[in-house]
Parts: sequence; C-alpha cells; structure tokens
Amino acid sequence: MSTLEQVKQIIAKQLDKDPSGLEETTDLQEAGFESLDVIEMIFNLEDAFKIDIPFNANETDTSQMKTVGDIVRLVETIQARGTTPKSGPAAADDIPAGGTAT
Amino acid sequence: MRRVVITGLGAVTPAGITAPETWENVAAGRSAIAPIENLRPGLLSVPIAAQVLNFEASRYFNSKQANMMDRVSLFAVVAAREAMADCGLVLTDEIAAMAQVIIGIGVGGMVTLDDSFYRLYAEKNARCHPFTVPRLMPNAPASQVSMDLGLKGMTFAVASACASGTHAIGLAFRAIRGGDTDLAVAGGAEACVTTGTLLGWEALRVLSFDTCRPFSKDRSGLVIGEGSAILVLEELHHALARGAKIHAEIVGFGANADAGDLTSPDAQSAARAMWLALSDGQLAPADVGYVNAHGTGTLMNDLVESTAIKSVFGDCETPLVSSIKGVVGHSLGAAGAIEAMATALALRDGLVPPTANHREIDPAIALDVVPNIPREIAIDAALSNSFAFGGLNAVLALRRYSSGCRG
Repeated sequence: MSTLEQVKQIIAKQLDKDPSGLEETTDLQEAGFESLDVIEMIFNLEDAFKIDIPFNANETDTSQMKTVGDIVRLVETIQARGTTPKSGPAAADDIPAGGTAT
Repeated sequence: MRRVVITGLGAVTPAGITAPETWENVAAGRSAIAPIENLRPGLLSVPIAAQVLNFEASRYFNSKQANMMDRVSLFAVVAAREAMADCGLVLTDEIAAMAQVIIGIGVGGMVTLDDSFYRLYAEKNARCHPFTVPRLMPNAPASQVSMDLGLKGMTFAVASACASGTHAIGLAFRAIRGGDTDLAVAGGAEACVTTGTLLGWEALRVLSFDTCRPFSKDRSGLVIGEGSAILVLEELHHALARGAKIHAEIVGFGANADAGDLTSPDAQSAARAMWLALSDGQLAPADVGYVNAHGTGTLMNDLVESTAIKSVFGDCETPLVSSIKGVVGHSLGAAGAIEAMATALALRDGLVPPTANHREIDPAIALDVVPNIPREIAIDAALSNSFAFGGLNAVLALRRYSSGCRG
C-alpha cells in the first residue's frame, strides 16, 4: 500500500470517515480535525510507519501540516532521513505544530 | 456580608518545603526546574521537572504513618500542619466540628499507582500491597489532613485537573462567606513526577525540554512540577476575635466551563471566569493591580490567556501579570493553591513575583509580565487564574487586608 493510502486510512479512521472521501488536497481542519486530533495522528503515524516524528505542539508554524498531502510528505521526509525512534522533540526545528495548551 | 481572610499558609514545593521558603524563592524568581532525579531510567525523553527533592518523610512522620500515605498525601499533610501552626488557632471541639477540609488534586496517588503497576506487569508480582487503595484514592489527601489535624467538618477532594486547587479554595471561601462554617482548610496537592505520568504528558507533545518560559516569545512548553499548598481560611470576625494575623482577604470566586474543546483554551470563556470573580468580589477591573496568571509556558495557553486578560482590562490600565510556573513548574492540582498563596503574599508584602526564565518579549502578548525581576509595588486587589483541561476555568479575587468597611 502506498504511503498516501496508509495516511488516508489513519486519518479517515480518526475522523470516522471512509478513506475514499479524502484526497491529497483535503484540508485536515476542514475535514473535522480538532486540537487533539493532530497529536493522535502523529502517534498513529509513528506506530504505523515505525518512525519518530519530532513534533512539539509549542512550535508556531502549522502551515506544512494542513493537508493530507502535507502529512504524506512529512512521513516520507522522516523516512528518508532514517530518524531513529525515541529521540524526543528536541530536534523539532522544522516540524510544525498543534493546538494543545493547558 | 461575611468576609473571608487567609490566616494560615503552608507549602511543600520544588522551591521550598515551607511557605516562607517557597515564597522567598518564588519572589526572587529562582527557578527550581532541574534534571529529573529518582525515576526508573531509560523510559523518558523529557529530561526536566520541578521536583520536591529535599523532602524526608521521616522528618514529619513515623514509619507507620508514612506507610499509609502516597507522596501526594505526605505533601498535603505537611503543608496543612504548617498552615494550622501558622494560623495560631487553638482548636476547640466546636471549631473542629465545623472545620471543612477541601483539597484539590489533578491525578492523585500516582506514585502508588506507578509502583503497583510496575510490580504487577514488569516484575510479574501479583501481590498487591494492602494499602494500595487507601493510598491512591483521590480523597486521600483531604482525608489524611482531616485525620491528622482532627478536623471534622465536611471534607472532600476536588478534581478539575489544573484548576483543582483554585476550585477547592473557591468552594471553601463560599462555604465560609455563606455561613456554613467559620473555618476551612483548603488547597491542592500533587505528586505526579512519575514515569507513567510524564510519558502521558510527553505524548501530548506539550512538555518543554528546555525550561518553562511563560509569556516569552521563545517559550517551549510546560514543565511538570509537584507539591502542595494549603490555606487556612477564616471568617473575619472569628479571626479578629482571637487576634489572628491576616495574610490577605479572599473577596471573590468565579468559575465556569468552555463546553468546547477538550484541551484548547477559550479566551472569551476564560475572560468570563475573570469577570465572574471580579463581580463576585465587587471589584472593577481598575481596582486590580496584579494578575497571577495560569501562564503554563505553552504557546497556546499564554497567547489565549493574554487575550483574555486584555479583553477584561482593555478599558483601563492593564495590571501587572506574572506566572510563577517558571519557578515551581506546573503541579496540576496543586498549582492553583500555590499560586493563590503567592498572590496573597504579593498583596501582603507589596511585592509582585516575577515571571522567571523570560528571555524575549512576545509582541502578541503585549502585557507587562514582570520578567525575571520582582516588582516592589503596593497592590490593593489581585486575581489568580487557573484554566484546566476539560475547559474548566477558576479564578480567585483577593484583596490586601484592611480593617475598613467594604460597601
């Protein structure tokens, strides 16, 4: 299965929707993502792809995680880098952002 | 109307194991955030916390007493003993019968839970210590305080995550003002620096790996803390009749719920909680000289909270705002109580505690957040804010005590 199809499945399951309803250009927020959905998606992506996504909800830039296609590129970038799991968000310079607060 | 004053303070925090020691370090902005000690190694990524490191239970309890309590209850009882001693009250049967104990917790007996599950699943030892349940029940700190001090009024725990300590004090304040009792012991306690708890917070991706920098443009998240602060609240005439010293007065309590997102704060709703506290305390925004902020150091909280503060104080001079979490971290259910204590002492001493670890002004915040250096300034009234996961907001309004009549 392609990365796109896997990402679509993960996101669709969280949204309780059919994966066929998602496109590369689908905006996650418009599709129904709320504050914790981004965090849960990251967790699910890490499990599914056996990668470590150095994501910190305190980073400001969410512009690179808006669409399904953005998430596919995020996964592929990290896979290409060969990041080892459990390195912690200390290296999160270029990975954007969520919306959790308290 | 019956007035409610704070006559006793006690605290066990990362910044000190008494209220005066805590206040000295909080007022100086000396951060107690440090590398994590005493946890099972190899499981956590987050390297820092605000821990109570020099707390020896044997200084306060014999082994039989200590054995009945989780760390969270040890903190609460030690703080409560200090608060009662500080208030100088000679307990009579009549006062003991009415004295309420209301203690907020966010998660409760996590050390017991973590150790028990470690034994069960990691060590495959299914023999569970017989005190596991009484140690970790959420009401354990309240019950242990009641038993230790001999207080027999209504006693219970409040659970509203990071607002628990504030809700607990607010409820005790209302009980006294409403005439249910003349005395209450209220506050919060937490001992959540365990591997399991920290892993849970790590998974939320909100922890800082650097330090807690509330309101700083380069803030990087929150740092988990632990501890307890306990306040003795007393009806004014009851306190005056016995010549008690008065730290500060509580005049208002405002609390509400966002009924919206589980974890993202809501500026309008937070502002409404502040309005509720002001109007409950018959204060106008212009009366308030200081806001002790929830100020967790996350991107979102500090931005939303500053928006809420500006909307409340928009038409008058904006008060000083600071967060003490750069010093004591975020101790969940204890945080609101430690901050209420700091707010009371800021009013009493005319000294606003600074926001520690602040490096860079955030133009989006646009408040005087008293960066790093305490501010000597007489203040008449202050708010203490707490905003919790689950959309629960709680705000206390306090005044510098003066004996004059209030309209």
